[in-house]
Amino acid sequence: MYGFPMNSRIIADDPVAAFQAAHAKLQKQRRFNNILFSCLFLIITAVSLYVGEVRIDVILSDLPGLFRYVYDTIPVMAPQTALEDFREWYWAFPKWLSLLFDTIIIALLGTTIGTIGAFFICFPASRNLVKNSWVYFFNRRGMEIARSVPELVYAMIFVFAFGLGPLPGVLAIAVHTCGALGKLFSEVNENVSEQQIEGVQASGANWPQTIRYAVVPQVMPNFLSYALLRFEINVRAASVIGFVGAGGIGQELMFVIRQFVYTDISAIVLMIIATVAVIDISCEKLRHQIIGDEELL
Amino acid sequence: MSVRSQVLSADALDQLKADHSRIFVLSSREKIQRILFFGFAFIVFLYCFWRTGFFDFAAILNGLTKLTDVLRFMLPPAHNGFLGEFLYAMLETLAMAFLGTLLASIAALPLGFMGAKNVIPNTFFHFGLRRIFDFIRGVDSLIWALIFVSVVGLGPFAGILAIAVGDTGTLAKLFAEAIENVEKKQIEGIKASGANNVQTMRFGIFPQIFPVLLSNSLYYFESNTRSATILGIVGAGGIGLQLSDRIKINNWDEASFIICLILITVFLIDTLSKEIRIRIIKKAH
Repeated sequence: MYGFPMNSRIIADDPVAAFQAAHAKLQKQRRFNNILFSCLFLIITAVSLYVGEVRIDVILSDLPGLFRYVYDTIPVMAPQTALEDFREWYWAFPKWLSLLFDTIIIALLGTTIGTIGAFFICFPASRNLVKNSWVYFFNRRGMEIARSVPELVYAMIFVFAFGLGPLPGVLAIAVHTCGALGKLFSEVNENVSEQQIEGVQASGANWPQTIRYAVVPQVMPNFLSYALLRFEINVRAASVIGFVGAGGIGQELMFVIRQFVYTDISAIVLMIIATVAVIDISCEKLRHQIIGDEELL
Repeated sequence: MSVRSQVLSADALDQLKADHSRIFVLSSREKIQRILFFGFAFIVFLYCFWRTGFFDFAAILNGLTKLTDVLRFMLPPAHNGFLGEFLYAMLETLAMAFLGTLLASIAALPLGFMGAKNVIPNTFFHFGLRRIFDFIRGVDSLIWALIFVSVVGLGPFAGILAIAVGDTGTLAKLFAEAIENVEKKQIEGIKASGANNVQTMRFGIFPQIFPVLLSNSLYYFESNTRSATILGIVGAGGIGLQLSDRIKINNWDEASFIICLILITVFLIDTLSKEIRIRIIKKAH
């Protein structure tokens, strides 16, 4: 009954009429809201269709091309010559494997450097650990800027500065990771138990000692788990960072897509998906081990 | 309880350390394990640094000088009279994100129903469909964008398709999970009043999952706004195209202006969508 306005006088007079009046009022309001939102939605969709240059005749003329594209990426495979066909499909397997290895290294180094950076920034960016609000403010804003700019934009800037190759890729991922993990880390810090901080401080510890002996032991498992999760994300990012010339398999993938080497496209994409899946599964196992099944983030 | 205060003598401290040697002294086996682990990690990282060119100090120094130059050129950000063009490109990016998410949500709805265990209880079908979702999710939206640019040509339409296809897998998986988590009682109630399968879906399942779907779609609109800003780098329209053009011709002040524009837009969309999502969830409870 608590959904309806309780008015004891009306209910005493005629409960059915009161109910119907309240119901009609709610229904009217709801209908009005529905119409309003539908109109808003239609307007946004119409504007988007116009700005996004979506035209039905273009879609219809492109549709067969799309299916042909997918069809062309499927390699020719005959049962009697399956092995040779497969070998021909993956004709540059050693080269692609080496590039994929580069991609994993870019992700690994980027994650490591970013995690170390985030580790040092996150303590001054936790509200419960710093008294000076300016330090907190600047650290927070710095991390926000670091994580809001996409990796690919950093990569373009670093490619200009350091030249083509994996180095700018590592740096781009490191900067972005630093901002993303710094935020998560400082949120973990803000949830630590105050008692241990007070205990360590009562025994005369200064700020770095308090962090080392009261906070770090509490937060380390969560930090590691977040870092592993980030590594999974960064492997995906590293596989496309080559699109702007920052090393790894992305550069090769862009080349074969631009040159319409259809079967190579499917070969490389499948390799990327397999790598990402293997890393996801092994990282998940590791994370289970680090923080136990029940608290998995 | 009284508070005791005492200072440990040096002897007592030694005695304590001897009594609790597990805490203060590592066993030799642990020591060796530690040295091996850190030694191995050190060599691996050394190799990684060497492979990615971190030991080419001349190149790094040169790069850092160039980077400081770039930062100097970036300040102050300026639009140099291209403000209108940038704002329109930003609108294009938002349109791409909106239509991409909309298309993905529409496509993911039936797929989500098909992928839910309690709607279609066939294990093989369920497993196969879920693997297809995983496959679509495994390909980054930037790869889809590159592919669609070569199919439908340059422009925002390729970006819309890239977002739509990439997110269909993710949203279908989330929708399927939401459908699997619905309460049985309401479905049984509807069935007991004589509803057929379609009616059960409409009146038993749909009202339960609709708020979840809406809030998931909004969340993905938010994250797609971010990814749509960079799709233009591979030619799929929007603000990314402007940004990569400016970086290619070294117009750094305009590039930093565009970056600021992206930051502000992403912040606004985040705030707005978070507000709406909280309202939807509150209404649902």
